[in-house]
Amino acid sequence: MTQLAKLRFPTPPSRPGESVDFSHLLISDVGQLPVPKLDLSAEDSAPYAHGLIRVLDDNGKASGPWADYLKATGSVKMLRNGLRDMLKMRAIDQRLHIAQRQGKTSFYMQCTGEEAIGCGFARMLKKGDMNFPTYRQQSLLVGADYPLELLIGQVYSNSMDPLKGRQLPIMHSSREYGYFSVSGNLGTQYVQAVGWAMAAALMKDDGIAAGWIGDGATASNDFHGALLTASVYRPPVVLNVVNNQWAISSCTGFAGGSRKTTYAERALGYGIPAIRVDGNDYLAVLAASKWAIERTRKGLGPVLIEWLTYRVAAHSSSDDPSSYRSKDEAAAWPLGDPVERLKEHLISIDAWSDERHVQAEAQVLDEVRVVQKEVETHGTFVDPQPMSPVDILRDVYAEMPEHLLRQRKELES
Amino acid sequence: MPSMTMIEAIRSAMDIMLERDKKTVIFGEDVGYFGGVFRCTAGLQEKYGQERVFDTPINESAIVGMAIGMAAHGMRPCVEMQFADYMFPAFDQISQEAARLRHRSNGDFTCPMVVRMPTGGGIFGGQTHSQSPEALFTHVAGLKVVQPSNPFDAKGLLISAMEDPDPVIFLEPKRLYNGPFGGDHSGKAIGWKHHPMGEAPAGYYKIPLGKANISRHGEDVTILAYGTMVHVAEAAVLASGIDAEIIDLRTLLPLDLKTIIASVVKTGRCVVLHEATRTSGFGAELIAEVQEACFYHLEAPVVRVTGWDAPYPHAQEWDYFPGPDRVQRALEQILEA
Ligand SMILES: Cc1ncc(C[n+]2csc(CCOP(=O)(O)OP(=O)(O)O)c2C)c(N)n1
Ligand SMILES: [Mg+2]
Repeated sequence: MTQLAKLRFPTPPSRPGESVDFSHLLISDVGQLPVPKLDLSAEDSAPYAHGLIRVLDDNGKASGPWADYLKATGSVKMLRNGLRDMLKMRAIDQRLHIAQRQGKTSFYMQCTGEEAIGCGFARMLKKGDMNFPTYRQQSLLVGADYPLELLIGQVYSNSMDPLKGRQLPIMHSSREYGYFSVSGNLGTQYVQAVGWAMAAALMKDDGIAAGWIGDGATASNDFHGALLTASVYRPPVVLNVVNNQWAISSCTGFAGGSRKTTYAERALGYGIPAIRVDGNDYLAVLAASKWAIERTRKGLGPVLIEWLTYRVAAHSSSDDPSSYRSKDEAAAWPLGDPVERLKEHLISIDAWSDERHVQAEAQVLDEVRVVQKEVETHGTFVDPQPMSPVDILRDVYAEMPEHLLRQRKELES
Repeated sequence: MPSMTMIEAIRSAMDIMLERDKKTVIFGEDVGYFGGVFRCTAGLQEKYGQERVFDTPINESAIVGMAIGMAAHGMRPCVEMQFADYMFPAFDQISQEAARLRHRSNGDFTCPMVVRMPTGGGIFGGQTHSQSPEALFTHVAGLKVVQPSNPFDAKGLLISAMEDPDPVIFLEPKRLYNGPFGGDHSGKAIGWKHHPMGEAPAGYYKIPLGKANISRHGEDVTILAYGTMVHVAEAAVLASGIDAEIIDLRTLLPLDLKTIIASVVKTGRCVVLHEATRTSGFGAELIAEVQEACFYHLEAPVVRVTGWDAPYPHAQEWDYFPGPDRVQRALEQILEA
């Protein structure tokens, strides 16, 4: 009898109570990949799409060509600031997550474990560049020095909210700080980043666009639409994939992530060069971002970066991951924690100490707490202050049409 | 009869159909191992295995596309869109493919498939977790569209949908998953336990598609509603003391015009409710049908109470949601007319 087809169903690194298996991950050693020339072609990027750009080893020591590349422009001060950014990001997430638990806001999403990516990438952008982030890229705002009161105001949906309470917490928007209005619908904005970059080219400004997408959402049609259009028109866009291993309860295998191929390698089929980077290594993030952004700004075409990382926290405040994955996964993640790794590195080069770290943590937490308290005086979900209902009808159009004017009358009566 | 939440009722319907018909398959995002973000499929993968109940990539177009292929081959897929707001990538597959397969192949291929999706607001979900897209589906020839308002109906209707020979869009008002909701958002959680429709037989039963339910009999005005708005109507009637007849449509397409007409002819007045935006909403269709059939019996223009023509807001949710106060005002207005 001939053997009949049987379907395959992906399995995660662990389920609750099981031991964790990350042995399938492709992780190269530090220093293996040289810094390629800026006009790297898709074919020549194959080792970069399959390998992993790393600067810090497991003991916090920086080495290899990417470390030298970074050293040429970077400074110790820049690294210390990066550590402070990440601590700030963590403090914001902690405080706002607790605020959600206290009922002060309806919803929150943390980026724990992924702080290095946005904090580092944003430091390599220029004013006028535009990110098309997902809901988990708030670290781009911290890396762009976005005013804390606006960031926190948005989450509280009160009169401090620049979006007037219209959007779900975490769905920020700021043209000035290069953060495109976040949509809840996955994938849609990846291809919009391509369009923005095409406009930058057509209008001859030197801005670039950066698209962001989670590993799970690479499954969407729009991911492929973005890659295709970027490869056809070659606009100045960096296409980022944040591969944090999970999409709510579904492991990255359901987006096609596998033992044999990487997300970065998908770009190669479209003729777009791609690199894969240790997203928990702040130095690697800076170096790779610098390389990719510089290349893009020089008009050398689109490039895709897969950031390898791990979603440490729950998907959102509505999620409890203990029902679908082992509690030990984060600790077993082979690329460690971005804050700990940068801290260790700075200590190893005598640019930091445990005492300074504790101090910085407390300082940053304080800074966040003070702003948070101030924003809370403008109202929380526990202690709401009235907002104008008419704001529902404003900005649907540039000018309120007749039918909305009628509805406004009814709303106000 | 056991008491059930709407989640349990929906799960029970799928459980029964998985048991009865080996061709039934259930899939969608986070639907398998985890059991769905609203828990509607919890335990089903464990019970029936991965080949019957499974997780999918985050691609709604692919989910429905796969379901169409399976249905055409002879299986009975029942798939989940995580939120109705996320069905839009699948709209091509639903409206251009599933809906027309029978017609364009002269019955050679058919598409007996159910697409379930949580719909409506009331959970502070903002503009991408609150929408009510029913009118987009009723506008497509070839689809059936169902929206239950309680656990008893949900189970019986879902079983009917899963046995139907044509594609059925099954809209689940997420605000009703854990209890009835008449618009009082002060925080008192009421479960289905103490609601008469929160009881449902443990086993197989059907509620036919295309049959409305008169959830309250009355003489003075007819209220047409479905989903959450049935409970809002009840709250408004209770608060106003107006003797209204409330018709819970249950199925928007096919529509039970007979029940609607009989009621409006009796009362001479009609108020139409939905949470969805007003312009080109399903209310427009209802009003057109009512005036065509009942024009000479109407004593006042038909009135509708709907969501505003704006994206569903986050913080101002209760200024957007058409609550019992607005419904009561409409009832008073139409009785004065
Ligand atoms: C089109 C669409 N389908 C489904 C959802 C529901 N949803 C929200 S987040 C999410 C998981 C996304 O995972 P991933 O892209 O890996 O990003 P991560 O949350 O890991 O950062 C899903 C399924 C959605 N927002 N949009
Ligand atoms: Mg992910």
